[in-house]
Amino acid sequence: MTTPAEPLIEVRDLRHEIDGRCVMAAPAFAAVRGEHTLLLGPSGSGKTTLINVITGLITPTSGEVRIAGQVMSALPAAQRDQLRRRTIGVVFQTLRLIGALSVRQNLALAQRLALGQNDSAAIESLIAQVGLTHRADARPRELSQGEGQRAAIARALCAKPAIVVADEPTSALDDANAIAMSDLLLATAEATGATLLIATHDNRLRARFDRTLTLATPQVAA
Amino acid sequence: MTLAGLSLAYLKDRALNTALNILLLTLSVATLVILVLFSSQLAERFERDAQGIDLVVGAKGSPLQLILSSIYQVDVPTGNIPLATVDLLRADPTVAEVIPLALGDSFRGYRIVGTEPAYVENFGGVLAQGQMFAADYQAVIGAQVARETGAGLGQKFVGSHGLSGDGHDHEETPYEVVGILAPTGTVLDRLIVTPVGSIWAAHGFAAPPVEGDAEDHDDHAGHDADHDHDHDGDGHQDHAAHDHEDGHEDGHDEHAEAEPEHAAHAGGGDLEVTALLIKYRSSMAAVRLPNFINKQTELQAAAPAVEMTRLLSLLGVGIDAVRAFAILLMATSGLSIFVALYSALRQREGDMAMLRVMGARPGAIFGHIVLEGVLLAAAGALLGVAVGHAVVAASAASFPQLRDMGLTAARFETAELVIVMAAIGMGALAALIPALKVFRVDIAKTLADTR
Ligand SMILES: Nc1ncnc2c1ncn2[C@@H]1O[C@H](COP(=O)(O)OP(=O)(O)OP(=O)(O)O)[C@@H](O)[C@H]1O
Ligand SMILES: [Mg+2]
Repeated sequence: MTTPAEPLIEVRDLRHEIDGRCVMAAPAFAAVRGEHTLLLGPSGSGKTTLINVITGLITPTSGEVRIAGQVMSALPAAQRDQLRRRTIGVVFQTLRLIGALSVRQNLALAQRLALGQNDSAAIESLIAQVGLTHRADARPRELSQGEGQRAAIARALCAKPAIVVADEPTSALDDANAIAMSDLLLATAEATGATLLIATHDNRLRARFDRTLTLATPQVAA
Repeated sequence: MTLAGLSLAYLKDRALNTALNILLLTLSVATLVILVLFSSQLAERFERDAQGIDLVVGAKGSPLQLILSSIYQVDVPTGNIPLATVDLLRADPTVAEVIPLALGDSFRGYRIVGTEPAYVENFGGVLAQGQMFAADYQAVIGAQVARETGAGLGQKFVGSHGLSGDGHDHEETPYEVVGILAPTGTVLDRLIVTPVGSIWAAHGFAAPPVEGDAEDHDDHAGHDADHDHDHDGDGHQDHAAHDHEDGHEDGHDEHAEAEPEHAAHAGGGDLEVTALLIKYRSSMAAVRLPNFINKQTELQAAAPAVEMTRLLSLLGVGIDAVRAFAILLMATSGLSIFVALYSALRQREGDMAMLRVMGARPGAIFGHIVLEGVLLAAAGALLGVAVGHAVVAASAASFPQLRDMGLTAARFETAELVIVMAAIGMGALAALIPALKVFRVDIAKTLADTR
């Protein structure tokens, strides 16, 4: 659908206000296929908000986001959902694993929704890659925070999306696991050619990424 | 893992709540199914057994008892009536047919009915083996009697006094099976039919001469006029002894020992039958005949249609009450499903938002929530049907009377399908309002919520 040169994510003049207060103002930014970007910024600077805008969950107050060449906010809801389903895997700060399902079932459902079919071999190998083989039948509430994050990452990857967006995916992980997770994200992105955008204030990750996008806390008077 | 699988997973996740909701619905559906099976099967049986009979004439007493005893063969008769009544009614131009019945004896719980071949014809009875009875002590047995007792042609058996099979045996001439009927699905299947004269003879009364009779009659003159019938009353009703067009050979005068409360008393000529089944020739009879009969001091006339309508309307009050209770129970379970889904979905807003992020369309999520209600209701409804049939099977197994009245668990009524559909529809309805939530959920806000 897109040539390597064409940006998968393109952000222009993006601003978002809530109740008249600017909560996020992003500098112009574009990421091509296979590029790995770290989204940095202090707490409250609008990282999560930017991710919500990029994934089409929030329509920005002004400016635009293009995903694979299409303006997210201009699409009708059904097409926005479809674009998100086909191209973006998301890891949320609050994980949002489905509590009634095991780790394996969470992955299977995500894969099913994205691809319309299940590839259980791919799921098993992904579970093994995030080191959760022994916890594959566990419910999310039985997992430690770090195990939960690994499960959420695996879920975002299981449909092999072109774009992987992660919000604080390593905040709860120890050093070894944080490195392992970012390596996994990077390696998987490398293998599938996915574009990575990871919001974090985890400096441990900094060295491993090609580029960074830094958000400043928006000025109160906008 | 599909969205339908997710519906199941949610139900499993709150297993106790799910089980309680299913149980509630099972109880209500089972109650309704039991009602449907009872009322439809019994009503149908009532109709089939009363086919062709316009009026029953018997001794005074409860008209319902007269109908139950002479048509359905379930209650004890009201008494006996004079043999002369037969001729009286046969002489009536508005009467097409008079079928006499003489009751009082049984074999292994199956009633021996003294009657005429016309009785068998009335139910469309066809001989599967052998022939129709032609003489006293020849018996034709119903399909169920043959099956359950294993009796075959030529089999001899001795009738015992009383209708329930716990009376003492007649120690005289045994009956001989000369014919076996094919199943009719009517009361006939569980009867043993024989000439009226057999009953009469078994109790020691000779048959009187009968006009236009092809069969030979040896000694019909001397029936014992002086038996004393002062036996212990063990609840069995009176016996009839009577003669009719079919042949009778002999009165068994020799067994003069006391029989329990035979109604064919001493005092010459008062041979009796238990009841008469009457078919009208013209509708005029319906107007005139019952009044005419009821004016006779010893007789009463009862119309099966009227009595059964009365019985069903009496039962109907009870049936309506139980049905109202079951419907209330179903409404309660609908409400309970609603509450369960409503509160579950409040906790699942995050899941719904995540499903949307993963690309599920709102309509698909809505459908999967409705499916949750439908699965719950379907489980309850199907379990209810199974339990209902199990209860009916158990009742039929433990109460022979119910089985005799044709109650079976092996039949499904269309009404049951309606009940199941209603229950499933109710489950879907109960899920509808909670499911609408998916269209209102603010994904970004919900996902930002760090609960
Ligand atoms: N729904 C909302 N209503 C009101 N204010 C909001 C809402 N969502 C976000 N904000 C505000 O917008 C600002 C940016 O929030 P955001 O969650 O994007 O920051 P962040 O950079 O992700 O912070 P953190 O690093 O702590 O996760 C914050 O001041 C936050 O309070
Ligand atoms: Mg954040």
